[in-house]
Amino acid sequence: MERRPWILLAPALVTIVMLVVVPMSFILVYSFYENIDLAVDRVAFQFSNWQALFLDNYYRIAIWKTLRLSVIVTVLAAVLGYIPAYFIAMTKFRQRWLLLLLLILPFWISFIIRTLSWIHILGNQGALNGLLQWLGVIDAPLQMMFTEATVIVGFLHVFLPYMILNVYVSLEGIDRNLEPAARTLGATPWQAFLEVTLPLSLPGLAAGCLLVFVLTGGSYVTPLILGGPSDYLFGNLIHDAVVSELNWPMGATLSFTLLVLLGAVVVAYSRLMGLNQLSKAFR
Amino acid sequence: MAGVELKNVVKSFGAVTAVKDVDVTFDEGSFTTLLGPSGCGKTTILRMVAGLEAPTGGDILVAGKRVNDVPIHKRNLGLVFQNYALFPHRTIGQNIAFGLKYRGVSKSDAATKVKRALDIVRLPGVEDRYPTQLSGGQQQRIALARAIVIEPDVLLLDEPLSALDANLREEMRVELKAIQHRIGVTSIFVTHDQSEALAMSDKIIVMSDGKVQQVGAPEEVYNNPANEFVASFLGASNILDVTVAGSDQDSIALSTAHFGTIPVPRSRATNLGDGSSGRLVVRAEKLQLVVPGSKVTGVGAKGTVEAVDYQGQIARYFVKVGDLQLQAMNMIEGRPFGAGTEVTVQINPQDCSVLPAEVK
Repeated sequence: MERRPWILLAPALVTIVMLVVVPMSFILVYSFYENIDLAVDRVAFQFSNWQALFLDNYYRIAIWKTLRLSVIVTVLAAVLGYIPAYFIAMTKFRQRWLLLLLLILPFWISFIIRTLSWIHILGNQGALNGLLQWLGVIDAPLQMMFTEATVIVGFLHVFLPYMILNVYVSLEGIDRNLEPAARTLGATPWQAFLEVTLPLSLPGLAAGCLLVFVLTGGSYVTPLILGGPSDYLFGNLIHDAVVSELNWPMGATLSFTLLVLLGAVVVAYSRLMGLNQLSKAFR
Repeated sequence: MAGVELKNVVKSFGAVTAVKDVDVTFDEGSFTTLLGPSGCGKTTILRMVAGLEAPTGGDILVAGKRVNDVPIHKRNLGLVFQNYALFPHRTIGQNIAFGLKYRGVSKSDAATKVKRALDIVRLPGVEDRYPTQLSGGQQQRIALARAIVIEPDVLLLDEPLSALDANLREEMRVELKAIQHRIGVTSIFVTHDQSEALAMSDKIIVMSDGKVQQVGAPEEVYNNPANEFVASFLGASNILDVTVAGSDQDSIALSTAHFGTIPVPRSRATNLGDGSSGRLVVRAEKLQLVVPGSKVTGVGAKGTVEAVDYQGQIARYFVKVGDLQLQAMNMIEGRPFGAGTEVTVQINPQDCSVLPAEVK
């Protein structure tokens, strides 16, 4: 067997094994330990943590909530992200780099700060309530914060650039003459978009959707900051188990579960849409 | 009858006027070429006919009807792009049938039409392949098939051959012309390549700087250029300053600095009065180099070959006559003249054309 490829791959493989595979194995092993008291674990090989996961409704609800919210955020991000992506890709404005820079600019600010900023916008003392009261539209502040809607807004705010950039890249790669070609053949502008541009941009849209779905499904900070008591995701259970309850074996069990769930989504995606599909569109 | 008519069409992009008051007719069923250097406005005209650009002023008529306000998808035009613009996610069959869908053609009729279109472009049986599985020349044929299958009122060709390599280009231009002739569709062809224009067109519209410079049949434009731009754009030409020295019934005597007096037939020189100055145009292939001392037809002058561009059957010579730099394209008989050879440069008055001196 040829050795060169393996030599070239070695640094990456070693890094992945040391930093991903080995720690994840520790976590898997930890999920069989027994938690006796706060932060006190007994080395064991028993299934009480896994049993709790499968039998306790609390966890099942969290999984359902997580999938549901991830789907909502993904769909909204797809719709809301496609429009600016299309605009940036098609604009005749010469300083397109400026638009892209504006898109990336928020990444320079901490994700937590960006999330917290919504409290100052939507909170009872926030900008929006202030404006509405000043305009005399309302007398008392509207309760807008700490709902599922604010969590969704927070997610969109943070993840939208990923969607826009992915869609933009695939739109950018489409031959500019295709839509005019469709138009001269008799398609209305909308038909030309649906028949030509949209299908050709699907790989980017799908990649953006996958990214947003997985990022949403794995997060816990946004619901923690912007959500109410019932707006928790699976990630929050992990956070609670590890940080509040100091129950590391349960935290390990939940972590591993989330990894498998989101991993399954990625695998399903690559089976369905796949790299096949990606290359097909540009063949 | 007019297939397409442009009446005083103007197109401005901001402060730049790309098309300046163009007034031309494209005859029904004819193959007309818009020829000119890049940026001369030829593509803008094509795009305005297609509806991809809106004229700033003037009217565009297709089959006698004003189409300025007709949206692109209702114009029934076939447009072939330089880069083919085939839909990469659709098969060849779906690409060609694309326009039929919007014309209410049934699936089975569409299949028949697609098959016939593929026969016309001589690529039968490729319906199920994808565009990238075909070569550039084949893709261009598919683009043509897609444009003609809808039986358009006008076929618009935007430099369709320039992306092909040289051999294929010459083959395709014969074929394209044959297909156009067979289906008889009014065609507007845009190119910057004068040999394409000369070989394919029924009529050539030479453009420069947003304006029409000359309209005519290929021979006419080539042999009787209307101005210096046309003379120098179509083939290599030598342009000499002349003054009218006198005239009789048949010819006008033009005095030149290096060739003495040249009696040019009246039919080749228009509207030049005695004493007025003009410009004499001699095509490079009409400027003949001969060994000094041989019998000269027309007028001759002594010159020196400065450089030779050997091209097989013919050679292009750069000759100096006094301070005058001339180009000659001659058939090679025996051996070509080498650089530094003393020659006699001869001009046959029959081969000259005379333009009025351009007011700068």
